[in-house]
Amino acid sequence: MKRKALSLMCLSVLFTYAAMPAAYAARDMIQIKGSDTMVNLGQAWAEEFMMQNPEASIAVTGGGSGTGMAALISGTCDIAESSREIKDQEMEAAHKNGHDVHEFIVAVDAIAVVVHPSNPVKQLTIEQLSGIYTGKIKNWNELGGKDQKILALSRERNSGTHVYFLEEVVRMGVEKGPEQFAPEVLMLPSSQAIISEVSQSETAIGYVGLGYVSDRVHIPAIALSNQGPFVSPTLETTMDKSYPLSRSLLFYTGREPEGTVKNFIDFVLSEEGQEIVRIMDFVPLR
Amino acid sequence: MKKFFEKIIEKIILLNGFACILFVILIFFFLAKDGLALFKVSSPIQFFFGLLWNPLAEPPQYGIVPLLLGSIMVTLGAIAISVPLGLACAIFIGEIAPRWMREILKAGVELLAAIPSIVIGFIGMTMLAPFVKNLFGLPTGLTALTGSIALAFMAIPTIVSIMEDAITAVPRTYKEGSLALGATHWQTIYRVTIPAASSGIVASIMLGIGRVIGETMAVMMITGNASVIPHSLLQPVRTMTATIAAEMGETVIGSDHYFALFAVGLVLFAITFVINFFADMALHQQKK
Repeated sequence: MKRKALSLMCLSVLFTYAAMPAAYAARDMIQIKGSDTMVNLGQAWAEEFMMQNPEASIAVTGGGSGTGMAALISGTCDIAESSREIKDQEMEAAHKNGHDVHEFIVAVDAIAVVVHPSNPVKQLTIEQLSGIYTGKIKNWNELGGKDQKILALSRERNSGTHVYFLEEVVRMGVEKGPEQFAPEVLMLPSSQAIISEVSQSETAIGYVGLGYVSDRVHIPAIALSNQGPFVSPTLETTMDKSYPLSRSLLFYTGREPEGTVKNFIDFVLSEEGQEIVRIMDFVPLR
Repeated sequence: MKKFFEKIIEKIILLNGFACILFVILIFFFLAKDGLALFKVSSPIQFFFGLLWNPLAEPPQYGIVPLLLGSIMVTLGAIAISVPLGLACAIFIGEIAPRWMREILKAGVELLAAIPSIVIGFIGMTMLAPFVKNLFGLPTGLTALTGSIALAFMAIPTIVSIMEDAITAVPRTYKEGSLALGATHWQTIYRVTIPAASSGIVASIMLGIGRVIGETMAVMMITGNASVIPHSLLQPVRTMTATIAAEMGETVIGSDHYFALFAVGLVLFAITFVINFFADMALHQQKK
């Protein structure tokens, strides 16, 4: 344990230094923390912003949306990235610590359901997905596939994606519904782990943000009910909201943004910032 | 003047010694304070005998049984692999290998301990998991067995170095006596040396268990983390450490879920404390 803690510490120190630009002494230091889904996107924004504003220095770290919220509440970050909305409990805690929470929608993400390329199941309804993840549907032949047991994969509980999927798919939109993930569902620590597992396992099904989808997996079309229409997640279907599983990616600040923080958020919302969203395979606001 | 200086240094060293113990005690109280707070909202019976771990359900279910069994399963598997390997390695290093080879092997084993657990987890995820999947024809390679194999490699350095110490500490006269009575080298090793070093060997196994049960990063990456009651080593399991690491990021400080994770941490602390206690007892027995 001790050895691990030490090596982790050394690594994080190394990475912090690696991430710092030459202008280490810059006064405009911004700390961004939160969603693992958004960490690469945040890094891309930060790099471009720092290129244009050499005096600014932005550090982006992940850890999960909840980690970002905790940092916002304790005042250890300037911007919390989150792939879910702030919870009432967190809002209260932030107010108690004297923070005035501001929310910014900075991009959109579609949640794609992924299966192995050899899987003959080409379309699924939300209800069927809920059945798979609650353990009611156990075999692919119940969905028109081969006679194989379904291997359901999910993100870990610290992930905003997990919470979104739980509320919108497993509980079919009822936020506090009685349905829950079956104990048999595998909880993987990253989106990359889900893609690699799904691409290796014929019977697997998982879900990831659209940005993580690769051609090693197949994406079935999704519909709200079995009357259809079945829609595949793409840039267009997410922007016109015909694809049912999309969510806003958010920034939270602990006070009215000013100075570099404000400039950075303005940059993110600008035409240029939204172009980076597109390049990073997320869905821009416009 | 010199004496005065010496006194100060003595005091500083004394203080340092106590500081370590103080930290352990403080950590324990911190864990206990937040961990026991769970029992205000959930009964101990539900926690210790609950078969479901579902912190996001309505109402949440905090049953530690699947996590405890997951940890035990991975640990037993790792020990079953690492103890025979470690024992053979320790005997070879301590008794059989020529001196030059002994130094190389010892350095090699210590190098194994220097590999960060995340690297072992990474190798486990990309190489070991597909291998286990294909070998047993499983739907997924993320199983308790995969975790056990990876953790066995992490336990081996601990086990080998302590076992080897215990074996070399066996007095020469024992071995010479045995050899003089006509026993072969092998007979001497397993009839005289190993029994004489047994308490040190037990201690090394105990410390190996302590090392394995507390490991987090690698198990989180390769055991699949499904909170089922495990029936076999070829199933995904969720360990206590992985649960804390994976869920801590999303809990609101002061919520029931937060307290539940501390309660899991408390259980883990108690387990490693007992294991270390027994290992210490075994080591002292050897010294006598």
